[in-house]
Amino acid sequence: MSEAAAHHDAHHGHPTGLTRWLTTTNHKDIGTMYLVFSLIMFFIGGAMAMVIRLELFQPGLQFVNPQFFNSMTTMHALVMIFGAVMPAWTGFANWMIPMMIGAPDMALPRLNNWSFWILPFAFTLLLATLFMPGGAPAGGWTMYPPLVLQTGAAFPFLIFAVHFMGASSIAGAINIVATVFNMRAPGMTLMKLPLFVWTWIITAFLLIASIPVLAGAVTMLLTDKFFGTSFFSAAGGGDPVMFQHIFWFFGHPEVYILILPAFGIASAIIPTFARKPLFGYSSMVYASASIAFLSFIVWAHHMFTVGMPLAGELFFMYATILIAVPTGVKVFNWIATMWQSSMTFETPMLFAIGFVVLFTIGGFSGLMLGITPIDFQYHDTYFVVAHFHYVLVTGAVYALMAGTYFWLPKWTGHMYDEKLGKLHFWMSTISVNVLFFPQHFLGLAGMPRRIPDYAVQFADWNMVSSIGGFVFGLSQLLFVAGIVKCVRGGQQATDKVWEGAHGLEWTLSSPPPYHSFSTPPAPATIEGGMR
Amino acid sequence: MTTSISKLTRLGSGAALLLLPLLAQAAWNELNLTKGVTPYSETVYDLHMTIMWVCVAIGIGVFGAIFYSILNFRKSKGAVAAQWHESTLVEFVWTAVPVIILVVMAVPATKALIMMEDVSNSAMTIKVTGYQWRWRYDYVNEGVGFYSTLAKTSDSARQLDSGIDPKSVENYLLEVDNELVVPVGQKIRFLTTAADVIHSWWVPALGWKRDAIPGYINESWALIKEPGVYRGQCTELCGKDHGFMPVVVRALPEAEYKAWLEKTKAEQAPATAMNDGTGVAVAASR
Repeated sequence: MSEAAAHHDAHHGHPTGLTRWLTTTNHKDIGTMYLVFSLIMFFIGGAMAMVIRLELFQPGLQFVNPQFFNSMTTMHALVMIFGAVMPAWTGFANWMIPMMIGAPDMALPRLNNWSFWILPFAFTLLLATLFMPGGAPAGGWTMYPPLVLQTGAAFPFLIFAVHFMGASSIAGAINIVATVFNMRAPGMTLMKLPLFVWTWIITAFLLIASIPVLAGAVTMLLTDKFFGTSFFSAAGGGDPVMFQHIFWFFGHPEVYILILPAFGIASAIIPTFARKPLFGYSSMVYASASIAFLSFIVWAHHMFTVGMPLAGELFFMYATILIAVPTGVKVFNWIATMWQSSMTFETPMLFAIGFVVLFTIGGFSGLMLGITPIDFQYHDTYFVVAHFHYVLVTGAVYALMAGTYFWLPKWTGHMYDEKLGKLHFWMSTISVNVLFFPQHFLGLAGMPRRIPDYAVQFADWNMVSSIGGFVFGLSQLLFVAGIVKCVRGGQQATDKVWEGAHGLEWTLSSPPPYHSFSTPPAPATIEGGMR
Repeated sequence: MTTSISKLTRLGSGAALLLLPLLAQAAWNELNLTKGVTPYSETVYDLHMTIMWVCVAIGIGVFGAIFYSILNFRKSKGAVAAQWHESTLVEFVWTAVPVIILVVMAVPATKALIMMEDVSNSAMTIKVTGYQWRWRYDYVNEGVGFYSTLAKTSDSARQLDSGIDPKSVENYLLEVDNELVVPVGQKIRFLTTAADVIHSWWVPALGWKRDAIPGYINESWALIKEPGVYRGQCTELCGKDHGFMPVVVRALPEAEYKAWLEKTKAEQAPATAMNDGTGVAVAASR
């Protein structure tokens, strides 16, 4: 090896092959690992959803027994929430935040490596339970005692998997807070941050505040099961409802952890393809912060039927419907951004508009669910299932897909296949509505959630929903095909990629250099975050 | 021949026309919340419809604006982007207007909730206990109580690969061996609790569900206006047979209910001492 080459290696210092990925501290490598991991989990969780829809295709039990069905609903939720959506957001944060704020990398690169590499172990623990005596956890992802304490050998694996996922999320969140507060380029003031960075900062604080609460709750479950405590056992002087309060004190901020970065992505994509600045930048920031604050005082709307005092029910109802106000402000701002603009409809824009429209439908059903007296009817029916799939699938997942198509040319240096992208969008959008819209009807007509078999009057809409589900599942193969094709090659992307693109990430080459900004960007290149 | 065919067609279309409202009614029941048979369920239904129409109205505005923009502000149509990007007045308006709408919606919602939580002046009390996987009903102060389990016909059909078509089973999964029998026109207080894990007792026609939680006794009430059979299910995941513990309530006119109660009391009088586990244990220890 020549001296020059040796010097070159030492300077860059990154090994190749497997060691590169195991030991990397680079924000882009780690971001890629997060995104690939999340995509794999999306398909594992999706396969479980296919089992659920297959069994519900017609009344009677044809394929799985009720216990395994319950394992599928439980594991589908855990895998999708903790394995697919949360790591995907951390992956986006890793890739984009340093490039958006003009930094070379994340503030805590070794913590970054660690926070990713915890995840494969966490999910090995969790998925291994599928092969254990007594089966995988089947008490619902909410892990309510006393039912969850009836879990077999899988129980401690579930608890430690949740601990690992939580540790990973907290480490990722700390890293993002440290990066945004310390690594911004000179001239990048807080009110100039792109909204994706803003929403992620708020998300990071939600994570740091809420995940330890979940850790506490599951630790109490563990000691109840193995060490003779009775935190949640009425017979021992404990309280099963206390678990629900603690769990949802984590659980409600958690749903905003899943959706806030999606707001940031929509706020990046819509102005780009509308060729017009984002309307109401500062109100977007304040609305996100209000939503985050409110998310901590509405938890009991998940448990209106446990029998709370009237005053408690009224408080949680008022606080819950209040969230419609800042959320409405966001939707109105996106529409105002599109008004009198000059739009084109590339795949990221299609997914972003799909996100705004379909997330709003989920918002309406959310408002209805927030009205306590009617929630006594809706609670734990398919109406709820329809609601949270509208906000999480056509909300969070649509934003993830929009963001993927938006930044894929920047990441890979190649344009993706626009025809394939559009086909993916239209197939997904038609099928996802066939899948989830009829579930509103099922819920209103009286079908409870989490049941493997149902009365025959629910047969028609379940069949329709299942057909939508199969088509939606298959359509996601188009997503993978589009990504693989783009990574392998394609038309060379320009630095700016999109005509209407603004922001520091578009000033870097496509693909960007290994260390994003080795020197800070010129202050003149820093525009307001409304772009 | 031709006349008879046209007659048949006319008869058929006439029948179809007659059936149409019925079909529409059936379809509507498969799409929307039930109106139910209690004052509370009717209040809830009205509230549900009001808020749904409010959402539909807002939705028409929001989606209308989005689709108007998509159709008109296209680069391909030569649209040029304006550069305005903020307005405090507009932000204020679309913050204040939703607040007003919410306050208006909160008033009837609060009234309905206060109505639901008022269990005073009830004529009778029934204790509902959830078990894995059946219900127990105790008529407090009457000394009558029994378990209510999924009907045998449904239970055989719901087994994996049973070979029985669920559509051939009457009230598949919504039939029990012992129905909960109640009188119409009386305010009934329900106390819900559970013996093992958390369950939830739901009859859509009554307008509410309430969790049955070990260590807790929750109070709710219902005043059923019309005689009939009302079906529901457990709505809190409670283990493998969560989907197989239905609730069936038979509401009878006062006199018929009284007759049923007396008959059941007579049947249970000797049976209680033999079947009741604690009774036997006490007797044996003496």
